[in-house]
Amino acid sequence: MNVGRPIELGKGFVRSFGLPRIIIALFLLSLFILAPIAGVNVGTSFSDTLNRFGMNAIMVLAMVPMIHSGCGLNFGLPLGIIAGLLGATISLQVNIPGPASFFLAILFCTPFALILGWGYGQLLNRVKGGEMMIATYVGFSSVAFMCIMWLLLPFNNPTMVWGYSGSGLRTTISVEGYYLHALNNFLSIRLTRHLVIPTGMLLFFAFFAFIIWAFLHTKTGTAMTAVGSNPVFARASGINVDRIRTLSVVMSTWLGAVGILVYQQSFGFIQLYMGPFYMALPAVSAILIGGASVNKASILNVVIGTFLFQGIVTMTPSVMNSMIHTDMSEVIRIVVSNGMILYALTRKTEAVR
Amino acid sequence: MSVHDVPLLEMKHISKDFFGNQVLNDINFSLKRGEILGLVGENGAGKSTLMKILFGMDEIHQTGGYGGDVLIEGTKVSFASPSDALARGIGMVHQEFSLLPDFTATENIMLNREPLTYTWLSEVFGPRMNVLNRKEMDAIAKAAIGRLNVKLDHQMLVSEMPVGHKQFTEIARELSKEASETSEGIKLLVLDEPTAVLSEQEADSLLSSIKRLSEAGIAIIFITHRLQEIIDVCDTIMVMRDGMIIKTVPAQGVAVTDIAHWMVGRQVDTSKREVRTFDYGSSPVILSLQNLWVNMPGETVRDVTLDVHKGEILGIGGMAGQGKLGIPNGAMGLFPAGGTVTFEGQQIMLNNPRNFLDAGMAFVSEDRRGVGLLLDESLEWNVAFTAMQVQEKFLKKYLGGLIQWRDQQQIEEETASYVKQLEIRCVSTKQKAKELSGGNQQKVCLAKAFAVNPKLLFVSEPTRGIDVGAKALVLKALRTYNEESGTTIVMISSELEELRSICDRIAIISDGKVFGTLPATAPSAEFGLLMVGQASTQDWGGAV
Repeated sequence: MNVGRPIELGKGFVRSFGLPRIIIALFLLSLFILAPIAGVNVGTSFSDTLNRFGMNAIMVLAMVPMIHSGCGLNFGLPLGIIAGLLGATISLQVNIPGPASFFLAILFCTPFALILGWGYGQLLNRVKGGEMMIATYVGFSSVAFMCIMWLLLPFNNPTMVWGYSGSGLRTTISVEGYYLHALNNFLSIRLTRHLVIPTGMLLFFAFFAFIIWAFLHTKTGTAMTAVGSNPVFARASGINVDRIRTLSVVMSTWLGAVGILVYQQSFGFIQLYMGPFYMALPAVSAILIGGASVNKASILNVVIGTFLFQGIVTMTPSVMNSMIHTDMSEVIRIVVSNGMILYALTRKTEAVR
Repeated sequence: MSVHDVPLLEMKHISKDFFGNQVLNDINFSLKRGEILGLVGENGAGKSTLMKILFGMDEIHQTGGYGGDVLIEGTKVSFASPSDALARGIGMVHQEFSLLPDFTATENIMLNREPLTYTWLSEVFGPRMNVLNRKEMDAIAKAAIGRLNVKLDHQMLVSEMPVGHKQFTEIARELSKEASETSEGIKLLVLDEPTAVLSEQEADSLLSSIKRLSEAGIAIIFITHRLQEIIDVCDTIMVMRDGMIIKTVPAQGVAVTDIAHWMVGRQVDTSKREVRTFDYGSSPVILSLQNLWVNMPGETVRDVTLDVHKGEILGIGGMAGQGKLGIPNGAMGLFPAGGTVTFEGQQIMLNNPRNFLDAGMAFVSEDRRGVGLLLDESLEWNVAFTAMQVQEKFLKKYLGGLIQWRDQQQIEEETASYVKQLEIRCVSTKQKAKELSGGNQQKVCLAKAFAVNPKLLFVSEPTRGIDVGAKALVLKALRTYNEESGTTIVMISSELEELRSICDRIAIISDGKVFGTLPATAPSAEFGLLMVGQASTQDWGGAV
């Protein structure tokens, strides 16, 4: 009995944390151990991982409201990202330099996110049961539509438009001079020459994570979870199911918009046209790896999932690259990140609660 | 020793635990050819687990197998899957129907065992191109239905059948499994609550066909919560409690109360009722239904006009499919409905559950798992949710009501008090609703309704699929609630005796209309007449 106890405890831990997460975490740990042997600077690697975590975390958080209301995983994240891109470009058009432009961008993206999210929510209410498939195509088609709009919209800030024609937005626009590192540099802590903690960005995420966590503890948030858990029960308790679902979609869309702005301020560029096309999959994968299921997700799932996913995607190419001494980083990055997505999607139905 | 001296089935020292939790303990019994064994026990007594062991279900293998031996005709067997059990002539009819709705009875009965005809296409493309031999299929299906001696159109689509016919189709399917090269003919049939969904006549004809089958030499294990049926039809009664066999007795001379007593280990009197006289003169009408129609599939309400008096317990009875379930579902707005519903003088707009709830009514649905519960959430959530959303209970308000925060402590306390009051058996109030047994889930549904402090409570089939002990508790809880808080209760049930035990008067619904209303003290024969569509000749003074 005494010998069995620690084993039982261990089993309990594996069951509650989930075997896939333990394996991925151990793999990530081994990459950090291998890094100095392969000649990769651990400080830089850790710094990169933290950075990428901060860049992506809010977009992963954008999955949570829709999962809770039973709309499934938000494959239509590109729609939110488009709202964010509109906010970003309008902010640059207004041409106020410095970090203030970041908050302007959030301000400008909000009406777009609300309107697009509302329409997207109405659509999803008409296709109950098939949300995720429809959402994917909402994302894809909105990207295609915006490819036309980016050329036609009357932007004229010289930093944004094509130099030779003077009209139509470029595919990548630098945010230097506007909100580059607006959050990253806020209160950032330089521990060593290579290890910088982007405090501002992490705090910004923590703030949003807190808001969502708190929201889920309110009356409306409770209703949202119940709608996702059993819509008939919710209806029999007097809940307007469609309205709650629409609210969750609007929230997800707006978080997607804010998420891409955070991503841009760290990355340094606004990526238009096909940029948003594949943004949904890494976010979906991250939350699944974090232990969420199609109708259950927590903030902890977001944090763990984003860290593991981004950690692997950051570390594998650099370590592997140094070990085999050829420049394969891009190939490895694509193989690893898509492999992670594939793995995560196969685990879609397996819920860890 | 001839084959006939060896018991058909023997189970010796069967034990089973799920992760250290002992659910079956040293089970021993044997079953002869043609014997009908009635297996009774409370929910969670281990009946289903025992049957799962017999059938070699995956669930058993995945959780570490079982202890003891299963012997069929004297040889030890251990089935790796239910299809192995089928091959040895053991069939099972499940509580839930496993039928294809868009296929006819014949097609369902013969599914995957159809006799085939060889055609010239098979010559070219192989046996996959054989066609079904419809004539022979019909003949076999008819023969199987014939053995049941029921009227069942073998060409009818399952989706169009009344629920009883579906049950007969399932049984006919098991019966049609004659000896072939891959399997032996059916020798043992396990019926898991076959009468739960049937009306009384249907149940009667099922019971008589069970007897006929046993005369033909087929042994039957009959699981049911309706104890009278067990006594009527079985040769032997086996009572299980807490994973052990408490009693194995011949059915002759056993009384329902004895079985109930063995099952729950305490005295339960199902027939006892306190007659009370309700004063209709001084209590006003609280709810009035005028020309209510409800489009609920299978339970259509056509034209119901009914007054409910403040403080009474009104029973609504009738056969399955006549529309009694449609009344609360329509009044609440879960199904499209029309007509006038007036509550305390205010007309309630139909088709929106919110109006119904805001008026101060509550509904405990007959569909516990579908409508009644959040299966994946804790008991706390289940109990508190409706009250929180409709009446803003269990909320702490900040910033002048802008933030409405869930009051976890209050939810926990209230849930704990209901757990104690209604004797809900659970590990903690954080346990998920789906992990509870049927009876306890029903109590959670009641707690949910009690938490909103309704002025009027609709309870639909509160005792469906739950055992005797839980049934008595649920009924008692309703009566107590009615007496202590003065809440008007409208209870819908297919079990007349149950209605008569707690109601003041009972309305019988037939063909979507109120066929008659009688006081609960009227003799049951009168109700029986109403149910089969004959008006009472005597005035019992029930219609007020």
